[in-house]
Amino acid sequence: MNTQKHKILPVMMAPRPRPDDRFHLQPWHGLVLVAVCIIATIPAAFAATDPERASILEVLTRWMPLMLKGFIFNIVISVLAMAVGTISGAALGLGQISLNPFVRKFAWFVTQFFRNAPWLVLLFFAMFLLPFEFKIFGLTIPLPDWLKAIFGLSLPVMANVSEIVRGAVQSLPSGQWEAAESLAFSRNQVLWRIILPQCVKRMLPPWMNLYSILTMATVLASIVGVSEVMTLTGQILAAEGGRSDLLIPMYSFVLFLFFIYCYPIARWTVRLEKKFAVIT
Amino acid sequence: MEAFFEWFRVFYDETGINLPFLYDSYDRDRMIAGFFMTIKLSLVCLFFSIIIGIIGAWLQNSPLKWTRRIMNGYIQLFRNTPPLVQLYFFYFAISSLLPTVSNGYGGQQPILGGFAWAAISLSFFAGAFNVEIFRSGIEAVPNSTIEAAEALGFSRLTIYLHVTLPLAIRVALPALNNNLVNLVKTTTLAYAIAVPEMLYEANQIWSDNVNVTEMMIFLLITYFALVGVLVWGMNRWERSLKIPGFGA
Repeated sequence: MNTQKHKILPVMMAPRPRPDDRFHLQPWHGLVLVAVCIIATIPAAFAATDPERASILEVLTRWMPLMLKGFIFNIVISVLAMAVGTISGAALGLGQISLNPFVRKFAWFVTQFFRNAPWLVLLFFAMFLLPFEFKIFGLTIPLPDWLKAIFGLSLPVMANVSEIVRGAVQSLPSGQWEAAESLAFSRNQVLWRIILPQCVKRMLPPWMNLYSILTMATVLASIVGVSEVMTLTGQILAAEGGRSDLLIPMYSFVLFLFFIYCYPIARWTVRLEKKFAVIT
Repeated sequence: MEAFFEWFRVFYDETGINLPFLYDSYDRDRMIAGFFMTIKLSLVCLFFSIIIGIIGAWLQNSPLKWTRRIMNGYIQLFRNTPPLVQLYFFYFAISSLLPTVSNGYGGQQPILGGFAWAAISLSFFAGAFNVEIFRSGIEAVPNSTIEAAEALGFSRLTIYLHVTLPLAIRVALPALNNNLVNLVKTTTLAYAIAVPEMLYEANQIWSDNVNVTEMMIFLLITYFALVGVLVWGMNRWERSLKIPGFGA
């Protein structure tokens, strides 16, 4: 160690370590958050001396099953929209790397068009331009609002998945294609047996990221009248007589629901990204 | 000019394609106002979200543990909750806590209107992403550069402003570009709290004229053009900032 008492020049000192202890939320932090919320509302809860007015906590517990039901509906919408969007987007993405220039241009145009349009506008698009029922062979199939919302949300997902697929395929070194071709694989075989299996790893993190964005976008369906968690929250607030002290707890609860669903996905995505990172 | 607009009325009579925002002066004024409202909201949010990103990235590298933790909490909270719920939270919940002011007609109105809340909430939302983007840019700046600046006697703030940030911005520009495009698209959410931006005005027009298809296609094309202009501008900026030999 430095036994001599003289001051060392700053230049000679070992480089200052960069702060790297990033704060990671753990599951128990959620409990702390809830506890803080509850404790913060206790004074207000006890202040409700008027027997006609239920305390905030009481209101929240009374409506919680309904709100959770609404939230589950959100998740159902997000899963279905993701499924539809992924399948059509994968097809569109393969179209973008097609050898046929016409198919390639067309897939590129569709992708760019839906990627650059706001989600809400696309949702309106689907809501107003799809019929509320359609007939096939004399059979009338109704098209409820939530089904149209799924379709409307799957459009931007489709475009984004298409870009993810194209990006992943193009990020593979071209040596893979050439090596496979020299082994006399046909183009289809190269794509399905060699290229795409390697791409899955690269596509997974951005795909999960997209899913979490989509989950957060399902709330948009409330604007066009699907009765998911946000619509229900508005109705609950109206049913409680528009009490202004309920606004913060109710909206915080909705925020909290989305947070506990999306945050683990985000953390998991980061972990996968690190795991699959190509060291260059 | 009037003859040009009148042509669309004839066009409507002949083909049934109704574009009232071109031939009807009232609808035209509404649409133009909505268009400029969207641009105004976008510019305000772009500006403040970048400011939040720059300040946030600086605070995230702070030597104080709790500053960093609060910053990370803010980022994770805003990144993992729906922007629409954030908007409602600001507009309905936070707004109910603030004092009201007299509106001059004997009534009371909230101190901040829809536009202000939309600008605040969207700036915070996009800002949370920008902090992460700037941080990744800062991490790409070589340690030796910072040490060299330290050796030259720069303070932490001056290193950030004169050495790290100019280099980090160049690395972060492509990701920033992406996020700002997203931000422009997210301004449509302001529709939900009745800010008279483009989607809102288009909605008004199609409610009056029952021409949803035409308005929808017009909206999509307009947003396409807006995003195109932004991307073009950012690409030009990226090229003009380029330092030979630094970055990809």
